[in-house]
Amino acid sequence: MRPFTYERAASPAAAASAAARAKGAKFIAGGTNLLDLMKLQIETPSHLIDVNDLGLDKIEPTAEGGLRIGALVRNTDLAGDSRVRRDYGVLTRALVAGASGQLRNQATTAGNLLQRTRCPYFYDTNMPCNKRRPGSGCSAIGGFTRHHAIVGQSDACIATHPSDMAVAMRVLDAAVETVRPSGAARTIPIADFHRLPGNTPHVENALEPGELITAVTLPKPVGGTQLYRKVRDRASYAFALVSVAAIVQRDGRGRVALGGVAHKPWRVEAAERELSHGAKAAAAGMLAGARTTHENAFKVPLVERTLASVLAEAKG
Amino acid sequence: MTTFDPTRRKLLKASALAGGAVAAAPFLPEAEAAAAMQAAKPAAAASMNVLLRVNGTDHQVMLDPRTTLLDALHERLQLTGTKKGCDQGQCGACTVIVDGRRITSCLTLAVMQEGHDITTIEGLGTPKNLHPMQAAFMKHDGFQCGFCTPGQICSAVAMLEEVKAGVPSHVTVDLNRRPEASSAEFRERMSGNLCRCGAYSNIQEAIAEVAGVKG
Repeated sequence: MRPFTYERAASPAAAASAAARAKGAKFIAGGTNLLDLMKLQIETPSHLIDVNDLGLDKIEPTAEGGLRIGALVRNTDLAGDSRVRRDYGVLTRALVAGASGQLRNQATTAGNLLQRTRCPYFYDTNMPCNKRRPGSGCSAIGGFTRHHAIVGQSDACIATHPSDMAVAMRVLDAAVETVRPSGAARTIPIADFHRLPGNTPHVENALEPGELITAVTLPKPVGGTQLYRKVRDRASYAFALVSVAAIVQRDGRGRVALGGVAHKPWRVEAAERELSHGAKAAAAGMLAGARTTHENAFKVPLVERTLASVLAEAKG
Repeated sequence: MTTFDPTRRKLLKASALAGGAVAAAPFLPEAEAAAAMQAAKPAAAASMNVLLRVNGTDHQVMLDPRTTLLDALHERLQLTGTKKGCDQGQCGACTVIVDGRRITSCLTLAVMQEGHDITTIEGLGTPKNLHPMQAAFMKHDGFQCGFCTPGQICSAVAMLEEVKAGVPSHVTVDLNRRPEASSAEFRERMSGNLCRCGAYSNIQEAIAEVAGVKG
C-alpha cells in the first residue's frame, strides 16, 4: 500500500468538504473493495476519510411510503430488515446472493454501489487497462472474456459491474442521495448513477469529486412476486455470469434488470412490455444489439433461460 | 541468533532470511540490489496511536495507518492464531469477531477498529478451557493442516448467532420467517471460509453438533 494520512469525519458535509480539500482523498466505509485495491496499488489515495461515524446507518420510512437506507447500512442489516424482506424481497435476495457472510457484515450500501469491476485485467497491473490507466488500452478485448459484457460495451472497455445489490436497486427504481463539497444535496436516479464505459471507462458513476453518498431511497413498495436468480460457476461466493432481478405482477406485467452482462445494471424498460409474451421476446428486447465473443456468447441464451425460469417461478 | 531456539516460528523466520539472501545475490550486482531494496521500501507514513480492545484487554499501539487489523493482531500483538491466507478477503482464514460480528480482518484497517470489541480465536477458548466449537472441531476432526481452522471457528461461532438473530441467507426459503438452523443453511453461510485440505464435511458435523441439529 502507498502511504496515506487518515482522518475520521464528523459529519457528511465535513467529509465531502475534506475530500474536496485534500488532493487524492478517498472515503472509506466497509473497506472490502478499496483496501484490496490499495494493496495492489490500483487505488492509491493519499488521504483516507473514514465515514463510519457519520450516523448514516439507519433505515427509515420516507414521507412517500418508501424507505431511506443510510449509506452505511451494512449489507447484512439491509438484507435482514423486516420491511425490506417483506416489501422489497428482490433486494434481500440479491444481497444474500453476493459475497460471503463476513463481507456482508462489513460492506455498506453505498460502497456496494461503488464496487469496481472484477475484470482480471483491471487487477493485473502488468497489463494495459483503460479503467486503471486511461489510454493504455484494453487487455480484455481479444483476451479471456468469459465474464465480460455483452451489451453496452465500448472499444475501450468490456468490463461488467459486479454488484448484485445494484441490479435489485435498478429494478426497484431506487435513488441515490448525496452531499457535495459545497454542502448542497442532490438526488440521482439509479438509472443515471452508473455509466456505460464509452471512451472514459475510468469514470464509472455520476458522482463529482468529493461528492458523498448519504442514502439510497426506495419508492413505495410495488408488490408483485420479487425474485433474484444468479447463475455462477459455484453455488455460493462467486460473481454472477448472469443474474436476473424481476418483479412480476399477477397479470404478467413486470420489470426486469440484468447483472453480469454490462458495465452497469442492465434494464430496458421498453422490453418489459414483452414480459407477458414470455422470456424469449423480453430477452431479445433487452439484449438487442448484443456483441459477444466466442467465450461469452453463452450469456445470450443463458439470459433467456434464466428469465424463463424466473417467470415460471413467479407464475407458481 | 546466538542461542539455539527450537520454536518452529523462529526457525522458519531464520531459514526464510537465509534463503532470501542466497536467492537474490546471483541476479543483481550489489549496488543495484541495494538500490532496488531502497526503491521498494515505501516512504513512511506518520504513525498513529491506536487503542485496540482485543479479547477484553486494551492495547495501546503506534501503527502506520496502512496496518490492517490482521497485521496488527498477528505481528504487533503476537496473537498468531488469526491467519493470513490470501490477504484479499477471499479465503476467510483471518476471520475475527468484531462487536459480535464476523469480519475478515485483512480488509479493515486497525485504525478503523478503535473503540470496537475484537475477539480472536485466543479469546474464544484456551487449551484447558475450549470453546464448544473448538471442542467439536477436535472431536469431529474438522481440520487437517489447521491453517484455516481459527478462521473457520470464529466464523462458525458468529454464524450461529446470525441464524439465531434471523439474518436470512441465499438458501432461506421464506424471507418472512426465521431461517432454520440446518446443515443447508450452515453450508451456505460458511462459504466465505475456504479449506484447502477439504475438511468441509467434518467441519459441517462439528458445527451441526454445536447447533444441536443433525449433520
